[in-house]
Amino acid sequence: MATNEHELEHLVSRKYKHGFYTEIDSDTVPPGLNEDVIRFISAKKEEPEWLTEWRLKAYRHWLTMPVPQWAHVHYPPIDFQAISYYSAPKRPEDAPQSLDEVDPKLLETYDKLGIPLHERARLAGVAVDAVFDSVSVTTTFKEKLAEAGVIFGSFSEAVREHPELVRRYLGSVVPARDNFYAALNSAVFTDGSFVYIPKGVRCPMELSTYFRINAANTGQFERTLIVADEGSHVSYLEGCTAPMRDENQLHAAVVELVALKDAEIKYSTVQNWYPGDEEGRGGIYNFVTKRGDCRGANSKISWTQVETGSAITWKYPSCILRGENSVGEFYSVAVANNLQQADTGTKMIHIGRNTRSTIISKGISAGRAQNAYRGLVRVLPTAEGARNFTQCDSLLIGDRCGAHTFPYIEARNPSAQIEHEATTSKIGEDQLFYCLQRGLSEEDAVNMIVNGFCKEVFRELPMEFAVEAQALLNVSLEGAVG
Amino acid sequence: MLKIKDLHARIDGKDILKGLSLEISAGEVHAIMGPNGAGKSTLAQVLAGREGYEIVSGSVEFCGRDLLALAPEERAREGVFLAFQYPVEIPGVNNVYLLKAALNAIRKHRGEDELDAYAFMKIIREKMQLMQMDASFLNRGVNEGFSGGEKKRNEILQMAVLEPKLALLDETDSGLDIDAMKVVADGVNSLRSPERAIIMVTHYQRLLDHIVPDVVHVLADGRIVKSGDRSLALELEAHGYEWLQQAVGT
Ligand SMILES: Nc1ncnc2c1ncn2[C@@H]1O[C@H](COP(=O)(O)OP(=O)(O)O)[C@@H](O)[C@H]1O
Ligand SMILES: [Mg+2]
Repeated sequence: MATNEHELEHLVSRKYKHGFYTEIDSDTVPPGLNEDVIRFISAKKEEPEWLTEWRLKAYRHWLTMPVPQWAHVHYPPIDFQAISYYSAPKRPEDAPQSLDEVDPKLLETYDKLGIPLHERARLAGVAVDAVFDSVSVTTTFKEKLAEAGVIFGSFSEAVREHPELVRRYLGSVVPARDNFYAALNSAVFTDGSFVYIPKGVRCPMELSTYFRINAANTGQFERTLIVADEGSHVSYLEGCTAPMRDENQLHAAVVELVALKDAEIKYSTVQNWYPGDEEGRGGIYNFVTKRGDCRGANSKISWTQVETGSAITWKYPSCILRGENSVGEFYSVAVANNLQQADTGTKMIHIGRNTRSTIISKGISAGRAQNAYRGLVRVLPTAEGARNFTQCDSLLIGDRCGAHTFPYIEARNPSAQIEHEATTSKIGEDQLFYCLQRGLSEEDAVNMIVNGFCKEVFRELPMEFAVEAQALLNVSLEGAVG
Repeated sequence: MLKIKDLHARIDGKDILKGLSLEISAGEVHAIMGPNGAGKSTLAQVLAGREGYEIVSGSVEFCGRDLLALAPEERAREGVFLAFQYPVEIPGVNNVYLLKAALNAIRKHRGEDELDAYAFMKIIREKMQLMQMDASFLNRGVNEGFSGGEKKRNEILQMAVLEPKLALLDETDSGLDIDAMKVVADGVNSLRSPERAIIMVTHYQRLLDHIVPDVVHVLADGRIVKSGDRSLALELEAHGYEWLQQAVGT
């Protein structure tokens, strides 16, 4: 702690030496964080006054917060002054102009994942219009959504076009002061997605960042807000399944979901940021705050995640079950291989009567990786008849890795029913030998056993995502045995 | 097809096989009987290539090749099949998925094309009928929640689909009621062929009423102590292993 306090002091007392606006070229800011940088970001995005103030307040609070230490992960202190907090999206002429200019290793991975050709180009950041007519794709789908009254676009766009909606819901689920990284995000977030589903509308298609043209250039501090109005329904797919080589070390995103009366939000993530190499060099620190608020009666929020990437993952998609009879679900597969560290789980906060939650967590550890599940089930006195079921399974591949389970249960209503099941198993030699004896290679055998282990979660993913998730799992466990 | 010469094997420093020799030709069915702990399963596992056994000395030749030099999956692809005494459960992995992966791995090894879903299902349906198994088996997890009898049937189903050259059946009859045993026996009998050799490990002679072996061996204390025809099994049943041990002076 001492060093952190010292750092913070240093940070707070630091004077910005140069006149900000004269020093920099107009599209990037030099590393470092202070109020001018935040004002700069806000100005770049042509944000209204209230939002600039909101950011600044978050920043000032962040300065007083200590870096969280409780997760079961280890990493050297992050120098927040060494990070650049804004760089404009790449201009098309700076991007690779064709697949020939893209790192062959990256293409090899896409190939293994079975990603279609035109999508590979997009993922690799090839200038889009050089590849296919993105405009027409985007317009047809935008028209279809507009017909239904669905708003889906970038966060910055929403701030400009629907400021009243943004202002009403921003920070209403994850307050700017919520935690260290959420506060940082609130201060410096660059972009992300905004979704609004009007009353009674069933969103006519799965919303995926795949369609969002600027998704590839979204920065490391993403901000996503999804609001499902009364009786509406939406399924949102986040992330891409390919490893984006990213020079940035820290990803600190915030995702807020709001489900009003009778509304349902299904949020699926496949996360495969660069995990670092076998020796643990490089890789992304993925420190994310995701939270859903079942604000209305009979609402439902369901998180499904497959986490295979990042050097360190620190992530607890949670549900606040405020409305009567509301339902929260969390289905998770977290893989840690080599020197990856994952500390993930969920929080289910039961406030309303007869609220129900389900937690299915599958942790897979291989190599020298550490994988921790951390879950909180809290039942408040108001949550008469609340129920929770938690199942938490860990699978170890090899004997140098670890699995840890930290369940926290706080039941403050005697009528609550809470069930918790946990298992830890090693990939059985018996299982492996059985498959080998049937002619499978060791790699195929491991993949098959692991996919079987994750089945309950994969089943929750939209079809095409499930297929990619499996392929991804196989790629990330490559060489885990033998 | 298979020539085992003076095989010595141990596990965790304990000698289990102590100079075992055995030969079997294509088209033959051999039964291996013997008391508990004699080393019958050990023999089957060593032939299939399970890790953890130390081969101290001796040799095993399979279709002219040194079997012990091959990895377990290579042995399987070359046509060695082991029906396990205790088939393991693999939760979440569909039976049909494992079967398809196995069959295609073996076909690929033989230089054949992978089967498409249609051709594969045609084979499966036929074999399932043979084993009197319900189609719902296919989409259940491998051996997951199967009864003892269902597991054994499933092993023979796999064997029927994979069509090995050499099949090792380790106590495939144990845990079966008489009807199930008949089904399993019919399945095995339908797989008898001039190109295939079958070694059945069993504890009881009753299986041999249904699958009549060409040769019966008695394995005791890590060695084949006596070989004979069908009548040896009947004698064993009448007099027990005690008799045998006196007779051969072990
Ligand atoms: N992993 C092991 N470590 C030590 N002894 C073992 C191991 N596995 C089997 N054995 C011993 O080897 C002997 C032969 O076992 P097995 O081949 O299973 O006999 P069978 O199948 O004939 O009943 C037994 O005495 C058994 O206890
Ligand atoms: Mg045995």
